Amino acid sequence: MKKNPALLVYAFAYLAFLYVPVLFLPLFSFNDSRFISFPLTGFTTRWYRDLAADGAMLHALGNSLKAGAATALLSTLLGLLAAKAVTRYRLKATGAALGFISLPLFIPDIVLGISLLLLLGAVGLPQSLQAVVLGHLLVCVPFALTVLVARFEGFDRNLEEASADLGETGWMTFWRVTFPLVLPGICASLLLTFITSFDEFLVAYFLSGTEATLPVYIWGQLRFPERMPMVLALGALILAASVALVILAEVLRNRGMKRTRVGA
Amino acid sequence: MSFLTVEQVSKAFGGNTVVDRVDLAIARGEFFALLGPSGCGKTTLLRMIAGFETPDGGAIRIDGAAMNALPPWQRPTNMVFQNYAIFPHLDVFDNIAYGLRKRKLPKQDLRTKVDAMLATVRLEGLGDRRADQLSGGQRQRVALARALVREPKLLLLDEPLGALDKRLREAMQVELRALQRQVGVTFLLVTHDQEEALSLADRVAVMEAGKILQVASPRELYARPNCRAVAGFIGEMNFFHATVRALDSDTATVNAGVLGVLILPRANLAPGIEAGQHILLAIRPEHVRFADTGVAGAIAAGTFLGERSHYHVTLANRAEPVAVSSATARGGAVHLAFPPEHLIGLPA
Repeated sequence: MKKNPALLVYAFAYLAFLYVPVLFLPLFSFNDSRFISFPLTGFTTRWYRDLAADGAMLHALGNSLKAGAATALLSTLLGLLAAKAVTRYRLKATGAALGFISLPLFIPDIVLGISLLLLLGAVGLPQSLQAVVLGHLLVCVPFALTVLVARFEGFDRNLEEASADLGETGWMTFWRVTFPLVLPGICASLLLTFITSFDEFLVAYFLSGTEATLPVYIWGQLRFPERMPMVLALGALILAASVALVILAEVLRNRGMKRTRVGA
Repeated sequence: MSFLTVEQVSKAFGGNTVVDRVDLAIARGEFFALLGPSGCGKTTLLRMIAGFETPDGGAIRIDGAAMNALPPWQRPTNMVFQNYAIFPHLDVFDNIAYGLRKRKLPKQDLRTKVDAMLATVRLEGLGDRRADQLSGGQRQRVALARALVREPKLLLLDEPLGALDKRLREAMQVELRALQRQVGVTFLLVTHDQEEALSLADRVAVMEAGKILQVASPRELYARPNCRAVAGFIGEMNFFHATVRALDSDTATVNAGVLGVLILPRANLAPGIEAGQHILLAIRPEHVRFADTGVAGAIAAGTFLGERSHYHVTLANRAEPVAVSSATARGGAVHLAFPPEHLIGLPA
């Protein structure tokens, strides 16, 4: 095949467009200046030390981790039950159910955020971290469901029948066969929904009230230029953690693929 | 008293009847085959016996006990799946030990039992292999071992050799037959491969369109099929339209068109055939003989098969050529003889 140099240039330009801005985060987070501009003035870890000492920021980080963990666990659990139902039973309304569960994906977050805020007001609940988790569930369950349905469809139904044939009840079959085989999907779903919740802004902005999540808190800090380098330091840390998570997820997914190919 | 009885069992999927009021009786220790083309309902019948499908009507009994209400995990049956369904997350040992968890055996007893089963299916030393490290034949043995280690009263096999290549399939046929004799468990095998059914089973049920057409030993199915579908499905058969002229206690006089008027043993007619009835006369290619006189024809095609040759002979006034299998080499114009003792009369 003949190589097209123009395509190669395009590919590199595209990758640069994707990743160079992201690399500015770690770069400026070590720059010894309040101002985010070239030329760089020197190396410092001051912003990271400031960050460690900023209680409000750490509290927001804690809120985001809590909301993310709760959202990930709940949406993956709900997604697991729904995925098992739509792939294993002949239900009349499967198509409709899948459609309605996935609908929030197509509703703009701002609409979701405002309508959930109205709902909270209508039933007299305060804005809170729990409300954020409920909002994030709407956004995350479709993701969890998509990942898990793919996983359930990828393995042979006969395996569950073989387990029943070998004397195990439905529940034990789930634990001994279904769960181990969908485990990579469960891990992928946990990671995906955690990350989605962790950096979701609009719904959290409307529902968090005084318990700001990290994106909401950072948005609030943008008014204070002197705090920007610290935000960059935090961004760099989150970036590092995200990259680590994505690599972990890929490794898990590949291991899972290798395993299930066998059953077919 | 039959060991497995199926009485008037039916099953429909979405208004489409797949199994239609089937009756079946299988004896203890028997190797029984359900033979039929794909879609004839044989696998559905097997799955109802295993408990994966619920019959719409009728009763299934094993060793006198009603099975209809029991889930698969409470039935004294085990199944070898068509694709083997080896658990991909477990090694060979754990696959075979899977069904023994409830027995709560001491670790040493469990190991002894699984190792003995590994030896029975000749997989010694492969206990720690994963499913993706096994060949097709080895996976089939794991599936057998996993089912047999539970000491089922009835082993169900769904096209167990279908996924293997021809040579391996022939080797496994011999092994499967020997294994069944060794363990003495009743085997119920489902297959679309007539050769497999005939070579393995003590008795064969031929199924078509949800109904059982005939249940008989392989020899009897071949020599005495009871209808055109069975005769055509098992081996090759020539058919001739004919009319029964007269019947007496030992013989039947039949007007067979191009073959002329023939007198054959009464026992060669399927039960229930009456004088005056239009019937089909059937004869196997190896029973048609080349002769000096008889029905005149011409050889249209010949295939040399070593010990024997296979010919297509065209007759005057007959569109379909007659298949003849003969040890003698021929060409051109011939005469064919149709020995009456090998002609059987079937309902048209």
